[in-house]
Amino acid sequence: MEIEKKEKMKIKLKIWRQGNSAAKGNFVDYTLENASPDMSFLEMLDALNAKLITEGGSPVAFEHDCREGICGSCGLYINGKPHGPAKKTTTCELRVRAFKEGDTVIIEPFRAKAFPVIKDLIVDRSAFDEIQRAGGFISVNSGSAPEANSIPISKENADEAFDVATCIGCGACVAACKNASAMLFVSAKISQLAILPQGKVEATQRVQAMVAKMDELGFGNCTNTYACEAECPKGIKVINIARMNREFFAAKVCTQKVS
Amino acid sequence: MATLNSKIPAGPLAEKWTKYKAEMKLVNPANKTKLDIILVGTGLAGSAAASSLGELGYNVKVFCYQDTPRRAHSVAAQGGINAAKNYKNDGDSVYRLFYDMIKGGDYRSREANVYRAAEVSNATIDQLTAQGVPFAREYGGMLDNRSFGGVQVSRTFYSSGQTGQQCLLGAYSGLIRQVKKGTVRMFPRRDVLDLVIVDGKARGIIARNLVTGEIERHSAHIVILATGGYGTIYYLSTLAVNSNVSAAWSAYKKGAFFGNPSFIQIHPSSVPVLNDFQAKLTLMSESLRNDGRVWVPKQKGDKRKPNDIPEDQRDYYLERRYPSYGNLVPRDVGSRAAKERCDAGYGVGETGLAVNLDFKDAIAKQGRKAIEDKYGNLFEMYEKITGINPYKEPMRIYPAGHYTMGGLWVDYELMTTIPGLFAIGEANFSDHGANRLGASSLMQCAGDGYFIIPYTISNFMSGEIRTPGIKTDTPEFDEAEKSAREKIGKLLAVNGSKTVTSFHRRLGKIMWDLCGMTRNEAGLKQALTQIDILHQEFWKEVKVPGTSNELNQELEKAIRVADFFGIARLMVLDALNRNESCGAHFREESQTETGEAKRDDANYAYVSAWEFKGENQEPILHKEPLVFENVELKIRDYK
Repeated sequence: MEIEKKEKMKIKLKIWRQGNSAAKGNFVDYTLENASPDMSFLEMLDALNAKLITEGGSPVAFEHDCREGICGSCGLYINGKPHGPAKKTTTCELRVRAFKEGDTVIIEPFRAKAFPVIKDLIVDRSAFDEIQRAGGFISVNSGSAPEANSIPISKENADEAFDVATCIGCGACVAACKNASAMLFVSAKISQLAILPQGKVEATQRVQAMVAKMDELGFGNCTNTYACEAECPKGIKVINIARMNREFFAAKVCTQKVS
Repeated sequence: MATLNSKIPAGPLAEKWTKYKAEMKLVNPANKTKLDIILVGTGLAGSAAASSLGELGYNVKVFCYQDTPRRAHSVAAQGGINAAKNYKNDGDSVYRLFYDMIKGGDYRSREANVYRAAEVSNATIDQLTAQGVPFAREYGGMLDNRSFGGVQVSRTFYSSGQTGQQCLLGAYSGLIRQVKKGTVRMFPRRDVLDLVIVDGKARGIIARNLVTGEIERHSAHIVILATGGYGTIYYLSTLAVNSNVSAAWSAYKKGAFFGNPSFIQIHPSSVPVLNDFQAKLTLMSESLRNDGRVWVPKQKGDKRKPNDIPEDQRDYYLERRYPSYGNLVPRDVGSRAAKERCDAGYGVGETGLAVNLDFKDAIAKQGRKAIEDKYGNLFEMYEKITGINPYKEPMRIYPAGHYTMGGLWVDYELMTTIPGLFAIGEANFSDHGANRLGASSLMQCAGDGYFIIPYTISNFMSGEIRTPGIKTDTPEFDEAEKSAREKIGKLLAVNGSKTVTSFHRRLGKIMWDLCGMTRNEAGLKQALTQIDILHQEFWKEVKVPGTSNELNQELEKAIRVADFFGIARLMVLDALNRNESCGAHFREESQTETGEAKRDDANYAYVSAWEFKGENQEPILHKEPLVFENVELKIRDYK
């Protein structure tokens, strides 16, 4: 179906292009004459790619999947901000109407030592899986769980655990941080499992293992700039970092051997 | 030729699963460590299965196309997950959950499978809760439930509007724990290009590493597909845009029968199409119809702003047609009614393909705050997409492709017609009949993964304890790899002038128009011709830039779209064959005088299972008769 749209926008794009992880990258300029304010940001890139392909060029590689802000695949650094200018919005939820006619939009991958570029705007975020693997789980085998209501949890705690559990693992916190720290991501998982009684049994080992893995993978430290909270598309709060630090300290004290 | 044996255990319905478990063959723990499993897909079914099988001691190799298992599209399920806990003391039971699913599926599913799905639902809630899934709670600390999808009890567990995300992350944490233990090995960023059959058994896959382009051989004693549905057949759908049918399709081409391919659920409320480049439709939860009223103008082509149209010039067509259920009719009925109005020229918005969902009366009656508490995040999401504030102006909604009830045919053990090949979750056909009820998809996926497949592979596996690890340097693997490479080479060699997406979009339009919410014989025959013509054009005109030895997203798309042509054709053949209306499948030839769906139990109370016979040959239809020993077949009436 052809949709008539009166409004058309001209957008200039400056996009990071890099053939593979070993190649040297650079910015390339593009102009899109027929962007529409109703388009999502990624549909604008789809339009650019369609143009590049038919003209014999090479399309821009970028990651995306659900396109409704929940899978965490997309993540572009747009005009100096992870996921662009809108608050609590993932790249795929961002709309072209957030920009003005004739604007230049600069698009880069999420940059961090622990997130190497794979191609163009795609980075490798498998470090997050490694941190989760270090201890981001409750050791309960299928079939051995007790009746669900045998563990009462106050509504307040359940809601708080849910709020931190909404992290989509996109990595915006790392990209926003001048130290490329993963502490907001790690503290969200630690907090969720520390708030819930089910997670308490393994809390001591969990926080130590996850923090050690985070440090090992080259993520930086937290220096309290709050950039991560400002850019998190799900509104995860830095207070969780404080909770993680407290958990970590308590764990260290608890496990210290008295000789 | 493979034959259909559903392997349903004898005995009373409520005892079948217990009896099965008591009689199945076991594999001892030491032998399990010598047996390999390939599992494809890491949504709720796949992740739950991976962790459960790893815990049992099997060697599990898990594949997904995403960069991490946590992104699979179960993550997007909104409303909730059903279980027959009866926490509300409102008369719920395993039998009632079973009955609602059988009836909701319009009597086109297998009693024994559905009963088992209901039976394991309670253990699933226990398991997810123990893993730290933060389900909503009441003030006393107990789990909360809400009602959903027109059933008369409250049995839906939920985490705000993000239940799928929370369940998936719970299952993912179990999976990754097994990765740490070494029982599960993850292979992310892989597409499955082919299934490998050795001596009649599923023994491996050919995968493509999406970063390097390398073609890999992987072998195992069994293969489990948890690859989801093919709703992206319509191009625009509520699915993740990379969702695809390729793994299931390669299984079909290697001999696995495909069950009820034409059964596909169209969800009535998604944000309508806004522009020509649109890649995806975003769902607006079914719960909105509790307070929103659906209407179109009474006058054709009325272009006034909705708030300028006076009350007496509005047609609240659901309330008019279905006075007893009103705006709360089931999904299939609501979708068809919207289509009927828009096709007749009463649709709203620039395209005329939308209807209003109006909260004016609810806001006037309950206050804005009450509406915000219930639907705040959805209203926000809607405004982000459209720029329209739904507190002030009606939402515009339109139906969108959502969920495939059809899938690989499986028996009671969830095994396909290829020995050693299993299918779980949305990838199989088994539990939802011709229409799925809300919040039963997460339930089935988790049940299949945690509590069914770990048992039902056992009979097959017990016969494999003397089979050493499967070698990959065999003619069967050579052949499969060769054909995968040839397909890639062929796609790259076309070098035409049209993008892969443009073909997907056109195929989607054919399917949406002719094999979507309503179907008729002439239209379906036309669809077959149009699909064939477009398919030929694809192989002459498609342009796939780049090479096969690199990260090449256009090549990934091209491989998937090539397979969509196949399933599109099979869907149409199935829809043509089934000259009755049931659930989401509406044949215009089979309706009542008032335009409602008319089932034909005498002729169509069967599962259609299609067998592949070769690229240029028509598939063969096998029928598995559906025997109802426990429920009486009734007419679904919402008037």
